[in-house]
Amino acid sequence: MGKIKNKQALVTLQKSLLQQRDLSKPCARVCVGTGCRARGSLNVLKSFEDEIKKQGLASKADLKQTGCHGFCEKGPVVVIGPEETFYSEVESADVPEIVSETLMKGKIVDRLLYAEPVTGRKSVCEHDIPFYKKQTRRILFNNGKIDPTNILDYITVGGYLALAKTVTEMSSEEVISVIDKSGLRGLGGAGFPTGRKWRSTRTAVGDPKFVVGNGDEGDPGAFSDRSLMEANPHSILEGMTIGAYAIGANSGFLYVRAEYPLALKHLQIAIEQSKEYGFLGDNILASGFNFNVDIARGGGAFVCGESSALVASIEGKMGEPRAKYIHTVEKGLWNKPTNLNNVKTWACVPLIIGNGANWYSEIGTKESKGTAVFSLVGKINNTGLVEVSMGTPLKRIVYDIGGGILGNRRLKALQTGGPSGGCIPEELLDLPVDFDELNKAGSMMGSGGMIVMDEYTCMVDVARYFLDFLQYESCGKCVPCREGIKRMLEITTNITKGHGTKEDMDLLQEMAETIRDFSLCGLGQTAPNTVLSTLRYFRKEYEAHVIEKRCPAGVCKALIQYTILKEKCTGCGVCKALCPSQAIQGEPKKTHIIDMAKCVKCNACRDVCKFEAVAVKQKVD
Amino acid sequence: MISCSINGIKVQAEEGSTILEVAQMYGIDIPTLCYHHDLTPYGACRLCMVEVDEGKRTKIVASCLYPVKEGLKARTHTEKLIKGRKLILELLLARCPSSKVLQDLASKMGVEKIRFNMENDDCILCGLCVRMCAEQMGSGAVGFVGRGQKREVATPFHAASDICRNCGACMYICPAVNLQCRGVKHPGDLCNSCLVITPQCIEKYGQVTCTIESCGACVQKEKK
Repeated sequence: MGKIKNKQALVTLQKSLLQQRDLSKPCARVCVGTGCRARGSLNVLKSFEDEIKKQGLASKADLKQTGCHGFCEKGPVVVIGPEETFYSEVESADVPEIVSETLMKGKIVDRLLYAEPVTGRKSVCEHDIPFYKKQTRRILFNNGKIDPTNILDYITVGGYLALAKTVTEMSSEEVISVIDKSGLRGLGGAGFPTGRKWRSTRTAVGDPKFVVGNGDEGDPGAFSDRSLMEANPHSILEGMTIGAYAIGANSGFLYVRAEYPLALKHLQIAIEQSKEYGFLGDNILASGFNFNVDIARGGGAFVCGESSALVASIEGKMGEPRAKYIHTVEKGLWNKPTNLNNVKTWACVPLIIGNGANWYSEIGTKESKGTAVFSLVGKINNTGLVEVSMGTPLKRIVYDIGGGILGNRRLKALQTGGPSGGCIPEELLDLPVDFDELNKAGSMMGSGGMIVMDEYTCMVDVARYFLDFLQYESCGKCVPCREGIKRMLEITTNITKGHGTKEDMDLLQEMAETIRDFSLCGLGQTAPNTVLSTLRYFRKEYEAHVIEKRCPAGVCKALIQYTILKEKCTGCGVCKALCPSQAIQGEPKKTHIIDMAKCVKCNACRDVCKFEAVAVKQKVD
Repeated sequence: MISCSINGIKVQAEEGSTILEVAQMYGIDIPTLCYHHDLTPYGACRLCMVEVDEGKRTKIVASCLYPVKEGLKARTHTEKLIKGRKLILELLLARCPSSKVLQDLASKMGVEKIRFNMENDDCILCGLCVRMCAEQMGSGAVGFVGRGQKREVATPFHAASDICRNCGACMYICPAVNLQCRGVKHPGDLCNSCLVITPQCIEKYGQVTCTIESCGACVQKEKK
């Protein structure tokens, strides 16, 4: 296949691809995203290959590997077309049956369908499952539908048409005004209006100009950028090329962390393929516009997701932020105007150009348009990747999409925005998802992590955990961040050990405010958010630790002890066998007891007991 | 020339200069640690933070880096700034208790107590030596190594540097190692001696011999 010369040629190619595709032909789509891979989807894929060959169906059925479908909780996920039957938790042993029954006869294998945990109601198709039903999938729309390593798949679903439209029919100013009008805001977390940023870069003095795609997702529990890069890399490249055209840049970088090998591989393949087809490189679609993208691999420092540190890292310097009183749009990479956007923002661009600004802005709130992508994790039934329209209440994400809290426990808090975000208490669950509303509540959108915490979570311990992460990830350049976070960690650790005082709480508050106001970059400025929000909404829990020396959630090891309930223990001996410190004693079929002197509070006995006979009590000296 | 205001005083400034430079020219004292007028501003110690109005919002910015703009309004000593600076000094003193530069600043700004666990480090990671070596000596023999808590100033791979000429400029400019405060007797002490002018030994005259350290701290020895 040679280079595509103009828009017409692309439209013709897309049409012929669509015609070649027999819509009634059975097709198995196996998710090989990272989540499903971890659960063995590569074996499932291999089994499909073997089975199709064995049954001699190679000409009658298609097999396709796709990126993340989003429902990671139930992986490996397999979708069988044309009926779009959705199978979850598929194992290799199920494959022969799927091939002979569903793929060939169109019959449904009932046991592999998704069943709702509470009602047991089964759903056949993706759009019937509550997890998907309440979502508005735009950025992730093609994730489970196309093979990320095959550009023709992307072209078939209308890929690169927006680029063709841009370079042949639109002026750069027109592109920017469409993006401006759509109300697209940076989806990396800060929510800066994308159109305005592009215009500033375009008008900034300096040549050459650069565009950068930020795929350095480092928040614990967030995987939305990763899934997008793995599942639909061409959408990011197309968006960046359109952006470069609008801004007047001829080269760009994709900054992806080296811990995402699959994303890197797929992006690399996508770059090569789109060069081959003439969507990247010199003279794109014979328009005279040149644009090249290089991949820069991040070494794993969290702070390199910050724009000025990222720029330094690409330049080959130490990944350290600088003060941005002169913005990167004026002086970024090698002191040239640089436009940096998150990969999700870039992926929105072709959609907006293709469907129009009004299509994008018709959903969302007054100030936040379009959709937001969240990685829903923690104590939730349906772990996975969720895309909802802006303005969706948090409650709907947790209960309707997420299927509620694990074990029907009570929700305590939602942590959004990763370590930079804050904890939103249950009372505020009607809050709509919106850049400004989340900020007001003391949290932030961030790069889309959403960690669900139940009543067995200690909020002081949560604050301690995130401080520990941040003190490790702080670059160490400025004093408030380097020294301040370390000291806040010391104080919270002290509180979880029962050595805290009321003055410590005031000191924490004072430090949090100073670190927020005085730090150099976004990492330090947002680092105290978890402390500030937990002090604001869960003050009672701090007081319980400080005054009563008690951990209400039963988490802080120094303040709890384990005990076996006489009335529930059956003497089965499972806990005794498992205890790593031989702290449990007892005759078979008689109540066991825990030796406090030996107990290391690892929680193994409580985890393993089927009779809920192991309980956590407040420690008595 | 640009006209702007600092603490309500109308000032004139050259385009491209920073708030700190203008303030120093007008004799307004903003504390600094990692700043040196002959080196590139670094913005790491966060002591020189000032408040500026931007539209309706008030921002706290590092004055050593923030360029003055026409009509800019800056305040250098608000309650919030003073409180923040004191906390930063407290954090630094907990790390390097016997640095004279830190002790002097603490006395001047009225830091009363160090509320953190004491450490005994020498380096405050201000980066003056790194910039001095690279920018003024044209060498670049030392740099920052490691991240966060493991950050330190060192030569590449901690090996003796081939390009170091032993010029001593790094030691000359170091605010922490060169001058040690002798007034700190116990961890967590704030010396304050430099600022106490009244001789403390006057009542005990006859029983003690006094010597005064170069920093101003009194050393008393009982007469035998």
